[in-house]
Amino acid sequence: MTVVVKIPTQLRAAAGGETETEVDGETVQEVLDGLYERFDELRTRISDDDGSLRRFVNVYLAGEDIRYLDGLQTPVADGSELTILPAVAGG
Amino acid sequence: MRLDGQSGELGRGLESYVFIPADLEEQKVLATGVYGTKLVAVEGTYDDVNRLCTELSAERDWAFVNVNLRPYYAEGSKTLAFEIAEQLGWELPDRCVVPVASGSLFTKIAKGFEEWRDLGLLEGELPRMNGAQAEGCSPVATAYAQGQDVCRPVKPNTIAKSLAIGNPADGPYALDLARRTGGGVDAVSDDEIRAGIALLAQTTGIFTETAGGVTTAVLTKLAAQGDIDPDERVVLVITGEGLKTLDAVRDTFETYSIAPTVEAFAAGVPEAVSV
Repeated sequence: MTVVVKIPTQLRAAAGGETETEVDGETVQEVLDGLYERFDELRTRISDDDGSLRRFVNVYLAGEDIRYLDGLQTPVADGSELTILPAVAGG
Repeated sequence: MRLDGQSGELGRGLESYVFIPADLEEQKVLATGVYGTKLVAVEGTYDDVNRLCTELSAERDWAFVNVNLRPYYAEGSKTLAFEIAEQLGWELPDRCVVPVASGSLFTKIAKGFEEWRDLGLLEGELPRMNGAQAEGCSPVATAYAQGQDVCRPVKPNTIAKSLAIGNPADGPYALDLARRTGGGVDAVSDDEIRAGIALLAQTTGIFTETAGGVTTAVLTKLAAQGDIDPDERVVLVITGEGLKTLDAVRDTFETYSIAPTVEAFAAGVPEAVSV
């Protein structure tokens, strides 16, 4: 499966200035691993030492927060969009 | 995207946009649109609006009050702590009960107390900090009860729309604060919220919107559980005006409809004192 990963402004410097990139994988975890292979600096910005998502990072698959789905194990469909956003909003 | 305080810049020639969930209470929509802002009703929850604004903040060279201006928005919340301390004669209360949506206000009130203590304006322990959520959107209360230090997002379903953030950005900080001050985070049902609004109105003369009902109901719950010492000085943080959420009190009391005659009054209205 090839997924379009959208990279937020805050992380673009760690991703060679890319706004989005295509990555292959069967699950969200595999897509993120593929992303880290390409941009190693992103790994520590998105993942904790134990491999889970950092507390302040939200990941959406086709618009849905992956924590409502199966988290990092959520399967991805070909052509779907994975959006990474910092959790810095709300009143 | 709470509405309070977001219209102040309009008179100064700055272009403004206000992003709201499409199902926001009509009173809030009308009382905002009248200022002439570009009101954007987003099909979705506050979390969807927040997400859109976070994305837009990357795409537009704009200032978003609670995204890329969030430090100012958050620090501004400390003024509630300053007002509380000042009005208590420069003393700290024993306990504060504060509504929790993203957790920003809750944590910044404590930060305000801490900063004034560092300056020597206040002395003593931080108050016990109790967070208040609605059961229909209680990711922080749930994480607190389960001993977690992160919040699992939820899909909100409560009359307390101003607190309906299912994915609270400052949730982890709120959990930490509640634990280290010996407070807590509790949730109440929509019926308890309505009862809280009525209780506050009938005992203090203050008509609050649903978030204030949540806060009052959590205080009621804590008191009923015996968690509060009768000697404690407790501050209840009431953050919104009742006229913004009129639906919450609709049909919660009886109205006597009569013809304009004394006979109709005598026949149709019960009198506590006989004449």
